[in-house]
Amino acid sequence: MRRRQWATLAAIAVIFGFALYVSLPGTPGLPFEVAGRDLSDLRFRQGLDLQGGLHVRFQASPPPGQQLQDGDMDAVKRIIENRVNALGVAEPLIQIEGDNRLIVELPGVDDPEEAIRVFRQTGQLLVINTGFDFIDEGTILPADPSQTVLRGRDLRDARVGFDSLGAPMIEFDLQPDAANRFQTYTASHLNEVLTITVDDVVISSARIEAAIRESGVIRGSFTADEARNVAIQLRYGALPVPLEVVETLSVRPTLGRESLELSLRAGVVGALLVLIFMVAFYRVPGLVAALALAVYASVVFAVFKLIPVTLTLSGLAGFILSVGVAVDANILIFERTREELRSGRAIRGAVESGFNRAWTSIRDSNISTLIICAVLFGFGSGGVRGFAVTLAIGVAVSMFSAITVSRNLLRLAITWPALTRPRLFGAGAPAGSEA
Amino acid sequence: MFAITSRRGWWYLLSLALLLPGVIALLTGGLKPGIDFTGGSLIQLRFDETVTQQAVQAAAVERGYPGATVQLTEDRGALVRTPPLEVEAKDALVSAIFDHVGPGQELSFSTIGPVVGAELTRAAAIGVAVASALILLYVMWAFRRMERPVVLGLAAIGALLHDALFLLGVFALLGHVIDVQVDALFVTAILTVIGFSVNDTIVVFDRIRENRQRHLRLPDAQRPDFEQTVNFSANQSLSRSLNTSLTALLVLLALIVLGGPTIRLFVVALAAGFMIGTYSSIFAASSALVSWDRRDVPRAWERFRSRLTLVR
Repeated sequence: MRRRQWATLAAIAVIFGFALYVSLPGTPGLPFEVAGRDLSDLRFRQGLDLQGGLHVRFQASPPPGQQLQDGDMDAVKRIIENRVNALGVAEPLIQIEGDNRLIVELPGVDDPEEAIRVFRQTGQLLVINTGFDFIDEGTILPADPSQTVLRGRDLRDARVGFDSLGAPMIEFDLQPDAANRFQTYTASHLNEVLTITVDDVVISSARIEAAIRESGVIRGSFTADEARNVAIQLRYGALPVPLEVVETLSVRPTLGRESLELSLRAGVVGALLVLIFMVAFYRVPGLVAALALAVYASVVFAVFKLIPVTLTLSGLAGFILSVGVAVDANILIFERTREELRSGRAIRGAVESGFNRAWTSIRDSNISTLIICAVLFGFGSGGVRGFAVTLAIGVAVSMFSAITVSRNLLRLAITWPALTRPRLFGAGAPAGSEA
Repeated sequence: MFAITSRRGWWYLLSLALLLPGVIALLTGGLKPGIDFTGGSLIQLRFDETVTQQAVQAAAVERGYPGATVQLTEDRGALVRTPPLEVEAKDALVSAIFDHVGPGQELSFSTIGPVVGAELTRAAAIGVAVASALILLYVMWAFRRMERPVVLGLAAIGALLHDALFLLGVFALLGHVIDVQVDALFVTAILTVIGFSVNDTIVVFDRIRENRQRHLRLPDAQRPDFEQTVNFSANQSLSRSLNTSLTALLVLLALIVLGGPTIRLFVVALAAGFMIGTYSSIFAASSALVSWDRRDVPRAWERFRSRLTLVR
């Protein structure tokens, strides 16, 4: 063993230790941030089908004659975000997909039906008399019909304006009948406070300074963009375009936990079977492959946690499958080594040339798998993409574990003379028996 | 050494025997597209007591879903498929079923709109086409120094389509026999199997390339012909291919037996694909290379034509 090989082994040990530390459940994580991601939180991200929850895909479907405008989807996203936040779900995912789709994922929701009902709310605007109290922005204020002065449908238009100091504000116009009502009301409630809510969330409170007829302004501490968004919400009273549900998936957390436990158990049993097979068939190299497989599993899991990859049920199946396939490179190498031994080479030379000659096969075959992963990622959605990512990571890591890790471990093993008998390499036939 | 390529007629016959039942099942509409493709709703239920398929079906029909299909699963479970449902309609249907049949709980509910279903069908078709094209290009490039890289590429694609067709056929048969429906995960399984099938084929071709280069340096008298090289290489790859698919099958088997029912069919598809992929790369793809080299098809055509003229 040369010094460089000891250094490589030490590096492998460090990587293995680090991967184990990261991949253990309940790991305290790493005390720093990388690219804005806090690495002290290294929980294993489970997909909806594992932890339960709700996935809904909406599609904006403008009524005939109406076109989807720029910014409509942003407004939709904002409104849905408000509603989701009102639900109090941890780590919701809300993203725009393509031109006219919105994906909402609410992990761990116990009652998906309730959540869907909340989405269906019409995004009601209310102007409520709150006596002399100013209510903080963002407060949840349930509707009280007796104190409600105006509703969304009373509005004719709303837009962003700027006051004399350049601060953004929202200007609004009322429908004619509402304007009459509002004038009478404001004239008799001077100095009282009106609070504006959308979907029961307070947007601003303002004192009635004078009787308001058909138009007025809302001032608050908002930026021009926020004012624009509020104006959009006011203008439409609800979503700027109707949303159609094109896909729903709801999984009870109990089913998710069950799937997770069953898959993990199957994975452990499968991995053990592979280990037993490798040791029984290839002996010393098989033992080395078993160790390399342990390195493989913990590195892959650590990568999943660090990136982080959200593991779905199919992704988990892909990972488990990759454990069976990860030994492929080892098998290629050991078969080559066996052939070399049978043709009469000494152990050391046989091991080295086994690695060298198997390399092109390993490279070429893995590239074809990576091509498929790219296609799956490009054309798939959700679960399919998750599967592609886990498979690709598995292929990449297996090259490291099967080649770097097992090569160096095997070099170490054959420095021990007792381990160098050809029989211990699964090459049972005496040298030269086969061409 | 095992005579592989000289028995190629038998392998073609075996492939035909493996593919034919599936192809017939495919042509007779056995492959049943699930809601991922057609749009619709799928409700997964679990009852407290054992129930019959007929009882659940009757409850769904009575509630106003004559087209609903019900499939019982293990652990007193049932899968109910209907046209796309709103959440309220689904809630009503589920409580109607529990009222009629007996108490239980809803485990999952999914709805796919017809638009999304059509998109998936398109994406799946494009995905398989793009994957095949990329693989063909890659094989041609990786083996560009070999004679006839295009033939190698076509043989790899042939093996890939062979495996994909087998898998489609198996699921068409399952569709006929136990009403299995295919979903998005099935497409994933096909693409994955395609990937590993090519992976396997490339390992064999790699051996052929290596041996061919070595053999071409030998003096003429000792040089094995193309068929001998291919047969020798297929034999060398045999042990590796069998062992690799064995380890993959070990974990897949563990998933089939111990894993949950949700992805069982996906895993079954993968396992079937790995088995056929191992067979096709060793036996079918290598045989095809030799057939090309020996001009099997033109010769067979000639024989056929001369016989035809004799009859006349």
